[in-house]
Amino acid sequence: MIPAPFEYARAASLEEALSFLAEHGDEAKLLAGGHSLLPLMKLRLATPGVLVDIGRIEELQYVRDEGEAVAIGALTTHHDLSRNPLLRRQLPVVAHVAGQIGDPQVRHRGTIGGSLAHGDAASDLPAVVLALGGTLVALGPKGRREIPASEFHNGFLETALEPDEVLVEVRLGKSGGTGWGFEKLTKRAQDWAIVAAVAVQREDAPGGVGVGLVNMASVPIRAASVEAALADGASVAEAAELADADSDPGADINASVEYRRHVAKVLVRRALERALAGPAGGDGAAGAAGAAGGAGAASEGGSS
Amino acid sequence: MKVEVRINGRSVAAEVEPRMLLVQFIREVAGLKGTNIGCDTTSCGACTVLLDGQSVKSCTMLAAQADGLDVMTIEGLAPDAGDGSAPGATALLHPVQRAFHEHHGLQCGFCTPGMVMAVTSLIAEAEPGSLDEAAVRVGLEGNLCRCTGYHNIVEAALAAAREAGVAAGATE
Ligand SMILES: Cc1cc2nc3c(=O)[nH]c(=O)nc-3n(C[C@H](O)[C@H](O)[C@H](O)COP(=O)(O)OP(=O)(O)OC[C@H]3O[C@@H](n4cnc5c(N)ncnc54)[C@H](O)[C@@H]3O)c2cc1C
Ligand code: FES
Ligand code: FES
Repeated sequence: MIPAPFEYARAASLEEALSFLAEHGDEAKLLAGGHSLLPLMKLRLATPGVLVDIGRIEELQYVRDEGEAVAIGALTTHHDLSRNPLLRRQLPVVAHVAGQIGDPQVRHRGTIGGSLAHGDAASDLPAVVLALGGTLVALGPKGRREIPASEFHNGFLETALEPDEVLVEVRLGKSGGTGWGFEKLTKRAQDWAIVAAVAVQREDAPGGVGVGLVNMASVPIRAASVEAALADGASVAEAAELADADSDPGADINASVEYRRHVAKVLVRRALERALAGPAGGDGAAGAAGAAGGAGAASEGGSS
Repeated sequence: MKVEVRINGRSVAAEVEPRMLLVQFIREVAGLKGTNIGCDTTSCGACTVLLDGQSVKSCTMLAAQADGLDVMTIEGLAPDAGDGSAPGATALLHPVQRAFHEHHGLQCGFCTPGMVMAVTSLIAEAEPGSLDEAAVRVGLEGNLCRCTGYHNIVEAALAAAREAGVAAGATE
């Protein structure tokens, strides 16, 4: 399967990417790792006139300690996230989840920025960024702006990004570093999640926990009712019963609406139990990666 | 547009459409037919090659994205071994190829080039002592085989990992 014809322009720098976008307007689409966009183009579900390849812009590939926050460049690949020492230490949930995406070949190409900008509700990292209360940084002709993750995904494959903007950075507070749990239900190895849940301890959240859900609505969502119930003193079991309260899941070949709602409650309970099992030492990481034979918190182990 | 890719150390340049996939460039422009197209939808891994040393599915990349970069295909792993059929040629195979040969890690062979490249990448980026059977199976999630039931493929990968010093546990 071959995509429909298009023009190709490789941007050597962020500046050049912005000027290509300005020049080509609505015709243009950014290409990062291409592992969401190219499959759509091969099926001719996407037919951009101009592809602006930002995949080689090195200035957008980094993970940096910035005191309060960890800053991640939009073009950092899932593979690099999964192996990054700073993330493994400070935000092991990000390294672990990135290491669970697709398969090694997909992780060598796919990027965190592409994952967020594509906005697929079945993607894993957007739910993690939501649970952590992250901030997304966009750059456009009008300058730089910060968008809270909770305001980024606003419709099926729709985000708050303007067509002439580039997502340049993801900023994550470090308080989500202690306890965490990630539960991903897949039918076969390598598949996307039928449903997944992520829970992270957060000092800055009222209930002390952030919870994100994968594939439970047309966009990645936070399980706000679960977080609120915990803040009101509910037990984990009670709070997990509200896992589907903010959701609007669809039915597909893998699962009915009822099944998704049920699974969400089970996965949220398990993720919470892991996240709250203990601070750093108790390491939700060890629990989740245990299935892989203890190869480390960010190993490609399946916790599903 | 002009695309130039170093494939197995040899520079291949051609004027191609921007929409040409890397796997087409490898098969049709460079004429290297070892890299197979199975699903064409990023699922089966038959098209796996190394891009700057890392495994990628060449059906889900544009040739243009590899412009100026290094690609390694199955043909480039052990150029001196030819197709491996000459007397003594197995000794010249790449360690991963030899492990597949010795452990009978293939039947029809369609998935094999992709499997061998995926295993090569997995071993290259493995931390010492990290590759046990579970890690190999997870590491090959992106490669499907319709014949073998995977058992011998995993055996071959583990043997190659031991040789490379990245297998879990004691050496054999
Ligand atoms: C077989 C397979 C299995 C997969 N399994 C999973 C899985 O289990 N979990 C999961 O989460 N994902 C999965 N993915 C998706 C994968 O993670 C993608 O890589 C990711 O969703 C998109 O990242 P990309 O860099 O490839 O983006 P691209 O495909 O290059 O781009 C996607 C979209 O985002 C836009 N975009 C990209 N970067 C930017 C930017 N910096 N600023 C503004 N817009 C931008 C593009 O214009 C495009 O519209 C899978 C993909 C495949 C092919
Ligand atoms: S042909 Fe590329 S993954 Fe199947
Ligand atoms: S040997 Fe036939 S597909 Fe693997």
